[in-house]
Amino acid sequence: METVEKSKFEKTLEEGKFAVTCEIGPPKGAGIEEIREAAEELRDIADGINVTDLQSSVMRLGSLVTCHLLKDWGLDPIFQVTCRDRNRLILQSDLLSAYVMGIRNILALTGDYTTTGDHPQAEPVFDLDSVQLLWAIKNLEEGKDLAGKELTQKPSFFKGAVVNPGADTEASYELQIIKMKKKIDQGAQFFQTQAIFDAEVFKRFMERIHNENMNVPVLAGIILLKSEKMANYMNKFVPGVFVPETLVKKMEGTQDKVSMCIEIASGLIEEVKKYCAGVHIQALGWEKHVSAVVKNLK
Amino acid sequence: MILTEFKPAEELLKKLEEDKKIFIIGCGGCPEGANTGGKEVLADIKEKLEKEGKTITGIIEIDFLCQKALIRSRIKPRMDEIKNADSVLIFSCGLGVQATSAVLDKVCHPALNTITFGGITGMWQGTERCDTCGDCILDYTGGICPYTACPKKLENGACAGQSNGKCETDKERDCGWELIYNNLKRIGRLDILNKFIPPRDYSKILPSATLRKTRLWALDEEEVV
Repeated sequence: METVEKSKFEKTLEEGKFAVTCEIGPPKGAGIEEIREAAEELRDIADGINVTDLQSSVMRLGSLVTCHLLKDWGLDPIFQVTCRDRNRLILQSDLLSAYVMGIRNILALTGDYTTTGDHPQAEPVFDLDSVQLLWAIKNLEEGKDLAGKELTQKPSFFKGAVVNPGADTEASYELQIIKMKKKIDQGAQFFQTQAIFDAEVFKRFMERIHNENMNVPVLAGIILLKSEKMANYMNKFVPGVFVPETLVKKMEGTQDKVSMCIEIASGLIEEVKKYCAGVHIQALGWEKHVSAVVKNLK
Repeated sequence: MILTEFKPAEELLKKLEEDKKIFIIGCGGCPEGANTGGKEVLADIKEKLEKEGKTITGIIEIDFLCQKALIRSRIKPRMDEIKNADSVLIFSCGLGVQATSAVLDKVCHPALNTITFGGITGMWQGTERCDTCGDCILDYTGGICPYTACPKKLENGACAGQSNGKCETDKERDCGWELIYNNLKRIGRLDILNKFIPPRDYSKILPSATLRKTRLWALDEEEVV
Protein backbone atom coordinates (compact mmCIF):
# COMPACT_ATOMS: atom_id res chain seq x y z
CA MET A 1 0.00 0.00 0.00
CA GLU A 2 1.45 3.28 -1.11
CA THR A 3 1.62 6.00 1.54
CA VAL A 4 0.69 9.46 0.42
CA GLU A 5 3.04 12.29 1.33
CA LYS A 6 1.31 14.90 3.49
CA SER A 7 1.15 18.48 2.27
CA LYS A 8 3.29 21.23 3.78
CA PHE A 9 0.13 22.88 5.09
CA GLU A 10 -1.12 19.68 6.74
CA LYS A 11 2.28 19.08 8.38
CA THR A 12 2.34 22.65 9.73
CA LEU A 13 -0.99 22.15 11.49
CA GLU A 14 -0.10 18.64 12.62
CA GLU A 15 3.10 19.91 14.25
CA GLY A 16 1.04 22.51 16.09
CA LYS A 17 2.81 25.43 14.43
CA PHE A 18 0.82 28.61 13.83
CA ALA A 19 -0.23 28.36 10.19
CA VAL A 20 -0.52 31.19 7.68
CA THR A 21 -2.53 30.65 4.53
CA CYS A 22 -3.00 33.25 1.84
CA GLU A 23 -5.11 33.46 -1.24
CA ILE A 24 -4.62 33.86 -4.94
CA GLY A 25 -7.47 34.82 -7.23
CA PRO A 26 -6.95 33.57 -10.81
CA PRO A 27 -7.05 36.29 -13.48
CA LYS A 28 -9.87 37.12 -15.86
CA GLY A 29 -8.06 36.05 -18.98
CA ALA A 30 -5.14 33.93 -20.06
CA GLY A 31 -2.29 36.06 -18.64
CA ILE A 32 -0.66 34.56 -15.56
CA GLU A 33 2.07 37.11 -14.83
CA GLU A 34 0.17 38.72 -11.96
CA ILE A 35 -0.47 35.49 -10.12
CA ARG A 36 3.14 34.47 -10.65
CA GLU A 37 4.24 37.72 -8.95
CA ALA A 38 1.70 37.27 -6.13
CA ALA A 39 2.94 33.71 -5.63
CA GLU A 40 6.53 34.95 -5.30
CA GLU A 41 5.47 37.53 -2.69
CA LEU A 42 3.85 34.75 -0.66
CA ARG A 43 6.47 32.02 -1.13
CA ASP A 44 8.26 32.47 2.20
CA ILE A 45 5.20 33.57 4.16
CA ALA A 46 2.41 31.11 3.40
CA ASP A 47 2.17 27.49 4.52
CA GLY A 48 -0.59 27.01 1.99
CA ILE A 49 -2.17 29.12 -0.72
CA ASN A 50 -5.90 29.02 -1.40
CA VAL A 51 -6.87 29.33 -5.02
CA THR A 52 -10.36 30.75 -5.36
CA ASP A 53 -12.92 29.04 -7.60
CA LEU A 54 -14.57 31.68 -9.82
CA GLN A 55 -14.68 33.94 -6.77
CA SER A 56 -17.84 36.05 -6.39
CA SER A 57 -19.33 34.10 -9.32
CA VAL A 58 -17.09 35.96 -11.77
CA MET A 59 -15.79 34.01 -14.79
CA ARG A 60 -12.00 33.60 -14.58
CA LEU A 61 -9.15 31.17 -15.12
CA GLY A 62 -9.89 27.90 -13.32
CA SER A 63 -8.92 27.05 -9.78
CA LEU A 64 -7.69 23.54 -10.61
CA VAL A 65 -5.21 24.62 -13.28
CA THR A 66 -3.99 27.52 -11.11
CA CYS A 67 -3.36 25.05 -8.28
CA HIS A 68 -1.35 22.99 -10.74
CA LEU A 69 0.74 26.06 -11.65
CA LEU A 70 1.41 26.83 -7.97
CA LYS A 71 2.47 23.24 -7.45
CA ASP A 72 4.87 23.56 -10.41
CA TRP A 73 6.28 26.73 -8.86
CA GLY A 74 7.00 24.84 -5.64
CA LEU A 75 4.13 26.18 -3.51
CA ASP A 76 1.46 24.24 -1.63
CA PRO A 77 -1.99 25.04 -3.11
CA ILE A 78 -5.36 24.67 -1.39
CA PHE A 79 -7.89 23.83 -4.10
CA GLN A 80 -11.15 25.70 -3.45
CA VAL A 81 -14.05 23.74 -4.88
CA THR A 82 -17.53 25.25 -4.99
CA CYS A 83 -20.80 23.51 -5.85
CA ARG A 84 -22.15 26.40 -7.92
CA ASP A 85 -20.85 25.41 -11.35
CA ARG A 86 -20.36 21.66 -11.26
CA ASN A 87 -22.66 18.69 -10.80
CA ARG A 88 -21.60 15.59 -8.87
CA LEU A 89 -20.00 13.95 -11.94
CA ILE A 90 -17.50 16.73 -12.61
CA LEU A 91 -16.93 17.48 -8.91
CA GLN A 92 -15.73 13.93 -8.35
CA SER A 93 -13.76 13.97 -11.60
CA ASP A 94 -12.02 17.27 -10.73
CA LEU A 95 -11.08 15.87 -7.33
CA LEU A 96 -9.45 12.85 -8.98
CA SER A 97 -7.68 15.20 -11.42
CA ALA A 98 -6.39 17.27 -8.50
CA TYR A 99 -5.02 14.20 -6.75
CA VAL A 100 -3.28 12.98 -9.89
CA MET A 101 -1.60 16.39 -10.23
CA GLY A 102 -0.30 16.17 -6.65
CA ILE A 103 -2.80 18.62 -5.16
CA ARG A 104 -3.66 17.45 -1.64
CA ASN A 105 -5.48 20.30 0.12
CA ILE A 106 -9.13 20.82 -0.67
CA LEU A 107 -11.47 23.52 0.62
CA ALA A 108 -15.09 22.46 0.10
CA LEU A 109 -17.52 25.36 -0.38
CA THR A 110 -21.11 25.98 -1.42
CA GLY A 111 -20.23 29.03 -3.54
CA ASP A 112 -21.89 32.41 -3.96
CA TYR A 113 -25.11 32.50 -5.94
CA THR A 114 -24.76 33.12 -9.70
CA THR A 115 -26.63 36.44 -9.69
CA THR A 116 -23.98 38.01 -7.40
CA GLY A 117 -21.40 37.82 -10.22
CA ASP A 118 -20.78 38.95 -13.80
CA HIS A 119 -22.82 36.20 -15.49
CA PRO A 120 -26.14 36.56 -13.63
CA GLN A 121 -27.90 34.71 -16.47
CA ALA A 122 -25.96 31.47 -15.81
CA GLU A 123 -27.73 28.38 -14.54
CA PRO A 124 -26.89 27.79 -10.86
CA VAL A 125 -25.99 24.12 -10.36
CA PHE A 126 -25.78 23.37 -6.59
CA ASP A 127 -26.28 19.63 -7.24
CA LEU A 128 -24.44 18.95 -3.95
CA ASP A 129 -24.07 21.21 -0.92
CA SER A 130 -20.76 21.66 0.90
CA VAL A 131 -21.54 18.92 3.46
CA GLN A 132 -22.43 16.49 0.69
CA LEU A 133 -19.24 17.47 -1.18
CA LEU A 134 -17.17 16.47 1.88
CA TRP A 135 -19.15 13.22 1.96
CA ALA A 136 -18.31 12.66 -1.73
CA ILE A 137 -14.59 13.20 -0.96
CA LYS A 138 -14.83 10.71 1.91
CA ASN A 139 -16.38 8.18 -0.48
CA LEU A 140 -13.58 8.69 -3.02
CA GLU A 141 -10.98 8.22 -0.28
CA GLU A 142 -12.67 4.95 0.63
CA GLY A 143 -12.33 3.86 -3.01
CA LYS A 144 -15.91 4.40 -4.16
CA ASP A 145 -17.69 7.09 -6.12
CA LEU A 146 -21.16 8.42 -5.26
CA ALA A 147 -22.76 5.71 -7.41
CA GLY A 148 -20.99 3.10 -5.27
CA LYS A 149 -18.67 2.10 -8.13
CA GLU A 150 -15.11 1.06 -7.24
CA LEU A 151 -12.14 3.23 -8.14
CA THR A 152 -8.91 1.75 -9.55
CA GLN A 153 -6.91 3.70 -6.98
CA LYS A 154 -8.00 5.70 -3.95
CA PRO A 155 -7.07 9.37 -3.71
CA SER A 156 -6.26 10.99 -0.37
CA PHE A 157 -6.77 14.62 0.61
CA PHE A 158 -6.41 17.11 3.44
CA LYS A 159 -9.95 18.43 3.59
CA GLY A 160 -11.17 21.75 4.86
CA ALA A 161 -14.33 23.79 5.00
CA VAL A 162 -15.54 27.25 5.88
CA VAL A 163 -17.55 28.61 8.79
CA ASN A 164 -18.87 32.10 9.55
CA PRO A 165 -18.27 33.12 13.19
CA GLY A 166 -20.17 36.38 12.63
CA ALA A 167 -23.60 35.07 11.60
CA ASP A 168 -26.01 37.74 12.84
CA THR A 169 -29.27 36.01 13.79
CA GLU A 170 -29.90 33.22 16.29
CA ALA A 171 -30.97 30.88 13.48
CA SER A 172 -28.00 31.61 11.22
CA TYR A 173 -25.51 31.37 14.11
CA GLU A 174 -26.88 28.06 15.35
CA LEU A 175 -27.04 26.74 11.78
CA GLN A 176 -23.35 27.64 11.33
CA ILE A 177 -22.54 25.55 14.44
CA ILE A 178 -24.77 22.64 13.32
CA LYS A 179 -23.34 22.70 9.80
CA MET A 180 -19.77 22.84 11.12
CA LYS A 181 -20.49 19.70 13.15
CA LYS A 182 -21.92 18.00 10.07
CA LYS A 183 -18.82 18.98 8.09
CA ILE A 184 -16.56 17.47 10.76
CA ASP A 185 -18.68 14.29 10.73
CA GLN A 186 -18.18 14.11 6.96
CA GLY A 187 -14.42 14.43 7.26
CA ALA A 188 -13.46 18.13 7.46
CA GLN A 189 -9.97 18.33 9.03
CA PHE A 190 -9.51 22.09 9.15
CA PHE A 191 -11.63 25.25 8.91
CA GLN A 192 -10.99 28.69 7.51
CA THR A 193 -13.44 31.34 8.67
CA GLN A 194 -15.21 34.06 6.74
CA ALA A 195 -13.40 37.36 7.20
CA ILE A 196 -13.57 38.63 10.77
CA PHE A 197 -13.13 42.24 11.89
CA ASP A 198 -14.18 41.90 15.53
CA ALA A 199 -11.87 39.87 17.80
CA GLU A 200 -14.56 39.53 20.49
CA VAL A 201 -16.98 37.89 18.06
CA PHE A 202 -14.28 35.43 17.03
CA LYS A 203 -13.31 34.69 20.62
CA ARG A 204 -16.92 33.91 21.58
CA PHE A 205 -17.26 31.65 18.56
CA MET A 206 -14.10 29.70 19.43
CA GLU A 207 -15.29 29.24 23.03
CA ARG A 208 -18.59 27.92 21.75
CA ILE A 209 -17.04 25.33 19.41
CA HIS A 210 -14.67 24.16 22.15
CA ASN A 211 -17.65 23.71 24.46
CA GLU A 212 -19.24 21.63 21.71
CA ASN A 213 -16.07 19.48 21.53
CA MET A 214 -15.25 20.49 18.00
CA ASN A 215 -11.50 20.27 18.25
CA VAL A 216 -10.39 20.90 14.68
CA PRO A 217 -7.82 23.51 13.67
CA VAL A 218 -9.49 26.82 12.80
CA LEU A 219 -7.75 29.54 10.78
CA ALA A 220 -9.19 33.01 11.36
CA GLY A 221 -10.07 34.82 8.13
CA ILE A 222 -8.39 38.23 7.74
CA ILE A 223 -9.11 40.55 4.80
CA LEU A 224 -6.62 43.33 4.13
CA LEU A 225 -8.77 46.44 4.24
CA LYS A 226 -7.42 48.78 1.54
CA SER A 227 -9.75 51.75 1.91
CA GLU A 228 -13.05 52.94 3.38
CA LYS A 229 -14.48 52.56 -0.13
CA MET A 230 -13.64 48.87 -0.13
CA ALA A 231 -15.17 48.45 3.33
CA ASN A 232 -18.41 50.11 2.25
CA TYR A 233 -18.48 48.04 -0.92
CA MET A 234 -18.05 44.78 1.01
CA ASN A 235 -20.75 45.76 3.49
CA LYS A 236 -23.11 46.40 0.64
CA PHE A 237 -22.31 43.64 -1.83
CA VAL A 238 -20.20 40.82 -0.34
CA PRO A 239 -22.40 38.15 1.25
CA GLY A 240 -21.49 37.30 4.85
CA VAL A 241 -18.88 40.06 5.37
CA PHE A 242 -19.40 42.96 7.78
CA VAL A 243 -16.86 45.72 8.47
CA PRO A 244 -17.63 47.69 11.66
CA GLU A 245 -18.08 51.46 11.44
CA THR A 246 -15.04 52.08 13.70
CA LEU A 247 -12.71 50.53 11.12
CA VAL A 248 -14.36 52.42 8.27
CA LYS A 249 -13.75 55.67 10.25
CA LYS A 250 -10.10 54.74 10.89
CA MET A 251 -9.57 54.26 7.16
CA GLU A 252 -11.37 57.51 6.34
CA GLY A 253 -9.17 59.41 8.79
CA THR A 254 -5.81 58.57 7.26
CA GLN A 255 -3.88 59.41 4.10
CA ASP A 256 -1.54 56.45 4.56
CA LYS A 257 -3.92 53.62 3.71
CA VAL A 258 -1.18 50.99 3.55
CA SER A 259 0.11 51.63 7.09
CA MET A 260 -3.44 51.69 8.47
CA CYS A 261 -4.26 48.45 6.64
CA ILE A 262 -1.22 46.75 8.16
CA GLU A 263 -2.00 48.18 11.61
CA ILE A 264 -5.60 46.94 11.54
CA ALA A 265 -4.78 43.46 10.21
CA SER A 266 -1.77 42.79 12.44
CA GLY A 267 -3.64 44.18 15.46
CA LEU A 268 -6.53 41.81 14.80
CA ILE A 269 -4.17 38.86 14.37
CA GLU A 270 -2.44 39.75 17.66
CA GLU A 271 -5.83 39.65 19.42
CA VAL A 272 -7.09 36.38 17.95
CA LYS A 273 -3.93 34.30 17.64
CA LYS A 274 -4.20 32.63 21.04
CA TYR A 275 -7.62 31.25 20.14
CA CYS A 276 -6.85 29.72 16.74
CA ALA A 277 -4.48 27.42 14.86
CA GLY A 278 -3.59 30.02 12.26
CA VAL A 279 -4.78 32.82 10.05
CA HIS A 280 -6.06 32.91 6.50
CA ILE A 281 -5.15 36.23 4.87
CA GLN A 282 -7.00 37.51 1.84
CA ALA A 283 -4.72 40.22 0.42
CA LEU A 284 -6.82 40.90 -2.71
CA GLY A 285 -3.92 42.35 -4.71
CA TRP A 286 -1.87 43.62 -1.76
CA GLU A 287 0.22 40.46 -1.49
CA LYS A 288 3.37 42.55 -1.11
CA HIS A 289 2.09 43.85 2.25
CA VAL A 290 1.34 40.43 3.77
CA SER A 291 4.91 40.03 5.07
CA ALA A 292 4.51 43.19 7.17
CA VAL A 293 1.20 41.93 8.54
CA VAL A 294 2.61 38.59 9.71
CA LYS A 295 6.13 39.70 10.68
CA ASN A 296 5.51 39.14 14.40
CA LEU A 297 4.34 35.57 13.75
CA LYS A 298 7.26 34.05 11.89
CA MET B 1 -54.60 17.57 -11.29
CA ILE B 2 -51.52 17.40 -9.07
CA LEU B 3 -49.95 13.99 -9.46
CA THR B 4 -48.40 12.13 -6.53
CA GLU B 5 -47.11 8.61 -5.95
CA PHE B 6 -46.48 6.54 -2.83
CA LYS B 7 -43.05 6.67 -1.29
CA PRO B 8 -41.54 3.17 -1.25
CA ALA B 9 -42.73 1.31 1.90
CA GLU B 10 -39.14 0.89 3.10
CA GLU B 11 -38.47 4.66 2.93
CA LEU B 12 -41.72 5.42 4.73
CA LEU B 13 -41.02 2.99 7.57
CA LYS B 14 -37.54 4.46 7.96
CA LYS B 15 -39.05 7.92 8.32
CA LEU B 16 -41.37 6.59 11.02
CA GLU B 17 -38.87 4.35 12.81
CA GLU B 18 -38.56 6.58 15.90
CA ASP B 19 -42.30 7.25 16.14
CA LYS B 20 -44.73 4.83 17.82
CA LYS B 21 -47.99 6.80 17.65
CA ILE B 22 -49.04 8.36 14.38
CA PHE B 23 -51.91 10.59 13.28
CA ILE B 24 -52.83 10.37 9.59
CA ILE B 25 -54.07 13.27 7.47
CA GLY B 26 -55.22 12.77 3.88
CA CYS B 27 -56.03 15.41 1.30
CA GLY B 28 -59.46 14.93 -0.21
CA GLY B 29 -58.44 16.57 -3.46
CA CYS B 30 -55.85 15.46 -5.99
CA PRO B 31 -54.58 12.32 -4.17
CA GLU B 32 -58.06 10.76 -4.39
CA GLY B 33 -58.00 11.19 -8.16
CA ALA B 34 -54.48 9.79 -8.41
CA ASN B 35 -55.34 6.82 -6.15
CA THR B 36 -52.76 7.97 -3.59
CA GLY B 37 -55.41 9.07 -1.11
CA GLY B 38 -59.04 8.58 -0.16
CA LYS B 39 -60.72 6.59 2.59
CA GLU B 40 -59.66 3.15 1.32
CA VAL B 41 -56.03 4.09 0.92
CA LEU B 42 -55.93 5.63 4.41
CA ALA B 43 -57.66 2.60 5.96
CA ASP B 44 -55.21 0.31 4.19
CA ILE B 45 -52.16 2.26 5.42
CA LYS B 46 -53.58 2.22 8.97
CA GLU B 47 -53.76 -1.56 8.85
CA LYS B 48 -50.24 -1.87 7.42
CA LEU B 49 -48.73 0.45 10.04
CA GLU B 50 -50.54 -1.37 12.86
CA LYS B 51 -49.00 -4.61 11.62
CA GLU B 52 -45.62 -2.86 11.99
CA GLY B 53 -46.46 -2.21 15.63
CA LYS B 54 -47.55 1.42 15.27
CA THR B 55 -50.59 2.94 16.99
CA ILE B 56 -52.75 5.16 14.81
CA THR B 57 -54.21 7.85 17.07
CA GLY B 58 -56.64 9.05 14.39
CA ILE B 59 -57.32 9.61 10.71
CA ILE B 60 -58.83 12.67 9.07
CA GLU B 61 -59.49 13.54 5.47
CA ILE B 62 -59.56 17.26 4.66
CA ASP B 63 -60.61 18.69 1.31
CA PHE B 64 -57.63 20.59 -0.02
CA LEU B 65 -54.69 20.48 2.37
CA CYS B 66 -53.24 23.54 0.61
CA GLN B 67 -55.71 25.76 2.53
CA LYS B 68 -54.36 26.58 5.99
CA ALA B 69 -57.58 28.15 7.31
CA LEU B 70 -59.50 25.03 6.33
CA ILE B 71 -56.90 22.76 7.98
CA ARG B 72 -57.11 24.80 11.21
CA SER B 73 -60.90 24.56 11.42
CA ARG B 74 -61.03 20.84 10.56
CA ILE B 75 -58.35 19.68 13.00
CA LYS B 76 -59.68 21.72 15.92
CA PRO B 77 -61.99 18.94 17.23
CA ARG B 78 -59.22 16.37 16.67
CA MET B 79 -56.39 18.10 18.53
CA ASP B 80 -56.27 15.52 21.33
CA GLU B 81 -55.56 12.74 18.85
CA ILE B 82 -52.88 14.86 17.18
CA LYS B 83 -51.30 15.88 20.52
CA ASN B 84 -51.23 12.22 21.49
CA ALA B 85 -49.20 11.28 18.38
CA ASP B 86 -45.42 11.34 17.99
CA SER B 87 -45.76 12.58 14.43
CA VAL B 88 -48.21 13.13 11.61
CA LEU B 89 -48.27 11.28 8.30
CA ILE B 90 -49.58 13.30 5.37
CA PHE B 91 -51.11 12.03 2.14
CA SER B 92 -50.94 15.08 -0.12
CA CYS B 93 -48.69 16.92 -2.51
CA GLY B 94 -45.76 18.96 -1.21
CA LEU B 95 -47.97 22.02 -0.81
CA GLY B 96 -50.27 20.17 1.60
CA VAL B 97 -47.34 18.92 3.67
CA GLN B 98 -45.96 22.45 3.89
CA ALA B 99 -49.33 24.04 4.76
CA THR B 100 -50.03 21.38 7.42
CA SER B 101 -46.54 21.76 8.90
CA ALA B 102 -47.12 25.48 9.24
CA VAL B 103 -50.32 24.85 11.22
CA LEU B 104 -49.36 21.90 13.47
CA ASP B 105 -46.65 21.66 16.11
CA LYS B 106 -45.61 18.12 15.11
CA VAL B 107 -43.22 16.73 12.52
CA CYS B 108 -45.25 16.07 9.36
CA HIS B 109 -43.89 13.18 7.29
CA PRO B 110 -44.75 13.20 3.58
CA ALA B 111 -46.16 9.79 2.59
CA LEU B 112 -46.10 10.71 -1.08
CA ASN B 113 -43.71 12.11 -3.65
CA THR B 114 -45.07 14.89 -5.84
CA ILE B 115 -44.32 14.33 -9.51
CA THR B 116 -46.06 17.04 -11.46
CA PHE B 117 -48.61 19.83 -11.24
CA GLY B 118 -50.90 19.09 -14.16
CA GLY B 119 -51.62 22.73 -14.89
CA ILE B 120 -52.52 23.88 -11.37
CA THR B 121 -50.54 24.75 -8.26
CA GLY B 122 -52.94 23.69 -5.54
CA MET B 123 -56.63 24.45 -5.20
CA TRP B 124 -55.75 27.31 -2.89
CA GLN B 125 -52.81 29.56 -3.75
CA GLY B 126 -50.76 30.04 -0.57
CA THR B 127 -47.15 31.02 0.08
CA GLU B 128 -45.99 27.40 -0.17
CA ARG B 129 -44.22 26.24 -3.33
CA CYS B 130 -43.49 22.65 -4.36
CA ASP B 131 -40.72 21.74 -6.82
CA THR B 132 -42.41 18.44 -7.85
CA CYS B 133 -39.00 16.79 -7.38
CA GLY B 134 -40.35 13.33 -6.62
CA ASP B 135 -38.00 13.02 -3.60
CA CYS B 136 -39.83 14.77 -0.73
CA ILE B 137 -37.83 15.46 2.47
CA LEU B 138 -40.16 18.02 4.09
CA ASP B 139 -40.14 16.19 7.43
CA TYR B 140 -36.38 16.87 7.74
CA THR B 141 -36.76 20.57 7.03
CA GLY B 142 -39.57 21.70 9.30
CA GLY B 143 -42.19 21.47 6.55
CA ILE B 144 -40.46 24.17 4.50
CA CYS B 145 -39.16 23.10 1.12
CA PRO B 146 -35.36 23.66 0.84
CA TYR B 147 -35.63 23.41 -2.95
CA THR B 148 -38.08 26.28 -3.34
CA ALA B 149 -37.29 28.33 -0.21
CA CYS B 150 -33.49 28.36 -0.77
CA PRO B 151 -32.12 29.46 -4.18
CA LYS B 152 -29.07 27.22 -3.66
CA LYS B 153 -31.33 24.26 -2.80
CA LEU B 154 -29.18 23.53 0.26
CA GLU B 155 -30.17 20.42 2.19
CA ASN B 156 -27.80 20.48 5.17
CA GLY B 157 -28.14 24.02 6.48
CA ALA B 158 -27.75 27.67 5.52
CA CYS B 159 -24.83 29.12 3.58
CA ALA B 160 -22.83 32.00 5.03
CA GLY B 161 -24.34 34.52 2.65
CA GLN B 162 -27.42 35.45 4.69
CA SER B 163 -27.62 38.81 6.43
CA ASN B 164 -30.17 39.68 9.13
CA GLY B 165 -32.15 36.61 8.14
CA LYS B 166 -32.37 37.65 4.49
CA CYS B 167 -31.02 35.85 1.42
CA GLU B 168 -27.83 36.91 -0.39
CA THR B 169 -29.78 36.90 -3.67
CA ASP B 170 -32.37 39.44 -2.50
CA LYS B 171 -32.31 41.51 0.68
CA GLU B 172 -36.10 41.39 0.91
CA ARG B 173 -36.30 37.62 0.62
CA ASP B 174 -36.27 35.53 3.81
CA CYS B 175 -33.41 33.05 4.10
CA GLY B 176 -35.16 29.68 3.64
CA TRP B 177 -32.99 28.10 6.33
CA GLU B 178 -33.86 30.85 8.77
CA LEU B 179 -37.51 29.79 8.28
CA ILE B 180 -36.62 26.10 8.58
CA TYR B 181 -34.70 26.69 11.82
CA ASN B 182 -37.47 28.82 13.31
CA ASN B 183 -40.20 26.31 12.50
CA LEU B 184 -38.25 23.37 13.91
CA LYS B 185 -37.56 25.47 17.02
CA ARG B 186 -41.28 26.24 17.31
CA ILE B 187 -42.14 22.52 17.41
CA GLY B 188 -39.18 21.72 19.68
CA ARG B 189 -37.42 19.51 17.14
CA LEU B 190 -34.11 21.24 16.35
CA ASP B 191 -32.49 17.80 16.83
CA ILE B 192 -33.65 16.91 13.31
CA LEU B 193 -31.10 19.39 11.90
CA ASN B 194 -28.23 17.15 13.01
CA LYS B 195 -29.23 14.54 10.45
CA PHE B 196 -27.02 14.34 7.35
CA ILE B 197 -29.19 14.59 4.23
CA PRO B 198 -27.61 12.81 1.25
CA PRO B 199 -27.82 14.39 -2.22
CA ARG B 200 -31.24 14.48 -3.86
CA ASP B 201 -32.04 11.83 -6.48
CA TYR B 202 -32.64 13.86 -9.64
CA SER B 203 -33.63 10.77 -11.63
CA LYS B 204 -36.94 10.81 -9.71
CA ILE B 205 -37.92 14.01 -11.51
CA LEU B 206 -38.42 12.06 -14.73
CA PRO B 207 -41.94 10.63 -15.00
CA SER B 208 -42.08 6.99 -16.05
CA ALA B 209 -43.15 5.96 -19.56
CA THR B 210 -46.12 4.07 -18.08
CA LEU B 211 -47.31 7.14 -16.24
CA ARG B 212 -46.97 9.37 -19.29
CA LYS B 213 -49.39 7.12 -21.18
CA THR B 214 -52.18 7.63 -18.65
CA ARG B 215 -54.85 10.29 -18.19
CA LEU B 216 -53.24 11.07 -14.84
CA TRP B 217 -50.38 12.59 -16.82
CA ALA B 218 -52.39 14.31 -19.55
CA LEU B 219 -56.09 14.26 -20.19
CA ASP B 220 -55.61 13.71 -23.92
CA GLU B 221 -53.67 10.45 -23.39
CA GLU B 222 -55.42 7.10 -23.49
CA GLU B 223 -55.58 5.03 -20.31
CA VAL B 224 -53.26 2.02 -20.48
CA VAL B 225 -55.01 -1.03 -19.12
